[in-house]
Amino acid sequence: MAAATAPAIPAPPRVRTRRATELLLTVLAVLIAVFGYADVGSSIDGKVPADTLGYGVGLGVLALLAHLAVRLRAKYADPLLLPCAVLLNGLGLVVIYRLDRATATSSAPSQLMWTTIGVALFIAVVLFLRDYRVLQRYAYVLAFGAILLMIVPIFLPAVYGAKIWIKVGPLSFQPGEIAKIALAIFFAAYLAVSRDVLALTGRKIWRLELPRGRDLGPIVVIWLLSTAVLFLEQDLGTCLIFFGLFVVMLYVATGRIGWIAVGLVMVGVAVVPVALWEPHVHSRFVDWLHPMASIDAGEGAGQLAQSLFAFAAGGLLGTGLGEGHSYLIGFAVKSDWILSTFGEELGMVGLAALLLVYALVVVRGYRTGRVLRDPFGRLLSIGLATLLALQVFVVAGGVTDLIPLTGMTMPFLAQGGSSLLTNWVLVALLLKMSDAARRPDLPPEPGVLAVPPAPRPVAPEGSAPPEQSTPPGTGDRSDDHDHGDDDHGDDDHDHDDDDDHGDDDTQAVPRP
Amino acid sequence: MSPFGRKNRKPGQQQAASAAQAGAVRLSLSRTARRAGMFCLLLILVLLVNLSRIQVVQANKYNDNAANQRSTIARYAQPRGDIIVAGKPVTGSKQTGDSLYQYRRSYTDGPLYAAVTGFSSQTYGNTLLEGVEDDILSGSADSLSTRPLLDAISRSPVPGGDVYTTINAKAQQAALSGLGSKRGAVAAIEPSTGRILALASTPSYDPNGITGTGSAVTQKWSTLNSDSTQPMLNRALRQTYPPGSTFKVVTMSAGLANNVVSGIDVATDSPDPYTAKDTTTAITNESSSDACQNATLKYALQVSCNTVFAKLGVDVGEANMVKMAQAYGFNQSSQTIPVGVSRSNFDTGLTGQAYLALSSIGQYDTAATPLQMAEVVAAVANNGTLMKPMLVSKVTRDDGTTVQSFAPQTFSQPVTPAVAAEIQQAMVSVVTGGTGGNAAIPGAVVGGKTGTAQHGVNNSGTPYAWFICYARPSASAASPVAVAVVIEDSNANRADVSGGGLAAPVAKAVMQAVLNG
Repeated sequence: MAAATAPAIPAPPRVRTRRATELLLTVLAVLIAVFGYADVGSSIDGKVPADTLGYGVGLGVLALLAHLAVRLRAKYADPLLLPCAVLLNGLGLVVIYRLDRATATSSAPSQLMWTTIGVALFIAVVLFLRDYRVLQRYAYVLAFGAILLMIVPIFLPAVYGAKIWIKVGPLSFQPGEIAKIALAIFFAAYLAVSRDVLALTGRKIWRLELPRGRDLGPIVVIWLLSTAVLFLEQDLGTCLIFFGLFVVMLYVATGRIGWIAVGLVMVGVAVVPVALWEPHVHSRFVDWLHPMASIDAGEGAGQLAQSLFAFAAGGLLGTGLGEGHSYLIGFAVKSDWILSTFGEELGMVGLAALLLVYALVVVRGYRTGRVLRDPFGRLLSIGLATLLALQVFVVAGGVTDLIPLTGMTMPFLAQGGSSLLTNWVLVALLLKMSDAARRPDLPPEPGVLAVPPAPRPVAPEGSAPPEQSTPPGTGDRSDDHDHGDDDHGDDDHDHDDDDDHGDDDTQAVPRP
Repeated sequence: MSPFGRKNRKPGQQQAASAAQAGAVRLSLSRTARRAGMFCLLLILVLLVNLSRIQVVQANKYNDNAANQRSTIARYAQPRGDIIVAGKPVTGSKQTGDSLYQYRRSYTDGPLYAAVTGFSSQTYGNTLLEGVEDDILSGSADSLSTRPLLDAISRSPVPGGDVYTTINAKAQQAALSGLGSKRGAVAAIEPSTGRILALASTPSYDPNGITGTGSAVTQKWSTLNSDSTQPMLNRALRQTYPPGSTFKVVTMSAGLANNVVSGIDVATDSPDPYTAKDTTTAITNESSSDACQNATLKYALQVSCNTVFAKLGVDVGEANMVKMAQAYGFNQSSQTIPVGVSRSNFDTGLTGQAYLALSSIGQYDTAATPLQMAEVVAAVANNGTLMKPMLVSKVTRDDGTTVQSFAPQTFSQPVTPAVAAEIQQAMVSVVTGGTGGNAAIPGAVVGGKTGTAQHGVNNSGTPYAWFICYARPSASAASPVAVAVVIEDSNANRADVSGGGLAAPVAKAVMQAVLNG
């Protein structure tokens, strides 16, 4: 809140907390999951499972606790985020239970346990992270911590052809998952501070404005380091997502499309040799181009072919829960391939609904980013939303033969503890930021706000004092004064800025 | 204070930044964010487009892929409909205990009905009735669903329907026991309707052994296939034999119908031996004691004079012989009952008299399935009208309601009732005073014709023994049964192989089974 402008702006209108909406939608999400659970039982056994009520109460209590935590510490948070997460997690449990029935292994109880831990983490983040801007201070710590964690599996034996797991007793953990959030925080923190420098300074090489090494250096080093580690671990899916996240955040922060082109070329140069010569990756590319090759060779349907059969069998309306045969996919049917079961049993209509739930979370993340005033918050919420969208695309695209398979898990749906925990944390962060975005009177964070914002004269646009003179995270509301959009904290105010004059072609970059 | 804030607060950068702020027109963060957001939504849109490709546009391609097990799993997920003989199912379904293919076919009396049912195997597919009625039995026929739209949307599986056969259980049993360990086949028809009463082929086999999956099944399958006696060959429908003297009934029909001979008691102008104009090889008769020279047709049929019928065929001429043979059902390349029947052959376009002469006594290229010869005798017994042979009387849904019932259909009328009556008279004399004495049944009128067909290179093979016949109770005008029997027993003493000796007793047993109800 810029103190100087306070007198000019009338008292903000009372902002509705929308907690009742959240509660209603959360109850609905739990009910949908419970109905799904009962449906699986009645189609496989001909009767509703005896533990339906217990299952519903369990999921309901978890959702309710999460809701209460939001009420307590994130009163103004976006009311759609929690219901979406509960719905996705609940449906994931239903389908894992359904696949348990076909594969004679029991994964639903441990998934429920991970859900409990995930919700607990969610609650912890909501309760104890008073202000997300604190994270900015730990950006380097988080980045190096994540990379260290990711390095550990290299020295451990490979599990399922990839060295991405840390196994402790019965529990296994994928550090790459949680590293995604840590890196998103790092990118956001770094770009929030140096985005102007990156955007406005640099050398011109041919027709591209390239940044100076010392400006882009740290972020590229961190990114390359994590990518190299993942490369060694053959975790190409996470690699791809890190790259996508990096490029999108860089673009959002600097508005320079040219760098995206450079990035794509770099990745192309890196991926082609790997796709051609690294056997594990090469086989994935071959499968992608010829999913039916193993059938023609008389070896029967491979996993990708089986997945396509499952989607096709589902058709428009699906077979109904418990009525499909997606278990024919075999290995990893509950994790990497779980979307195929959704496709077969809920059909294209069900999948479209599912993807829309993801899209809703992504859109809400972006909207939070547009409403928030501080660059770190804006970049972080956009980064986290992008992370989710990229992961959905890479996984769903992989199992539907749109892009090569990468062996990643569908957020919230797939079996796998580390993925579930990560996504609950991701949603908790988005939720905290949406709370900050909609909160009418965001109190200054004492730890971050060391220097009170300098009283700023009301000046015509284009002659504001330099951004860097005020520390980030001070609630500076004139961050984007060059276009003057989104100047109100009200999330119902979302005007279109396509009529702005600024464009890639017209930007005039001054030389330092 | 963030470390970045501190680190970046350098004079040069500040200067750059402020310069930028002063005059730069660069994309605002909310603008780039909007574009990035659009990009994320575009990714999800691309996913949806790709899903519609897989799940709607190209779904059939994937569903029909041979490696897609879903249709097979669905097929075996429920009990298969039954094939019913005389009101009782002769088939069943057994739970396999396997989670993928849950039910397999079983047969209550496998070897007895194998020539009717065929088999339904998870490994080797479906044959005969199991094959042609598979849509009904597996439940996939659209006609089985009483609520097609609702079933299509809810994807509720439709239970398999039942197939009712026309088989007479006693006749079938009689045919199988009559054939016993001999190799051969029996086809029996109800002349007035074309309903098939018995279809037997020996040696038979038990289809129970090959309905499932696994090594026992494949082993059983290879044993059956390597057996030189070909137990899985349906000789009644799928094997053609030279009909030999039984074909003389067809030649006689042609002679009478075309007025080449005016009646069965009129002496013919037939030399013995007979040598056709374009050959030097004479056709002779089995026994020189028979007075075949210028014999009447009745006598010629009674003792089976080759000379008389060979010459008769030549006198009738190629065109009329072909016409008559085809009226009796020869030369149909796609006969179905609804099970497919092999084509029985009477050569068309024969130019030489010698071959026409041989063809007319059921030799040379003339070949017939047992069912075909049963059709010939059934037409005679039905006063000259040939009914289409039929094996299925109706198909029903699981709940017993009828999907379709099949009415008898006329195939042709090869001869007039008057000619048919004459042929009947001659055939009866075969049984009462000729080569078919073994088929006589007290209290019944039985007409028949024996046949002993040569085959193999220079007729070196053991001859096939034929017998075709019909019977009616003495008090009745209509004949309820017509039978054709063929026996190809290589173990029999060559001299003993004759239609009257080997085949007639089998035919008699079948006729008795039908007559005694």
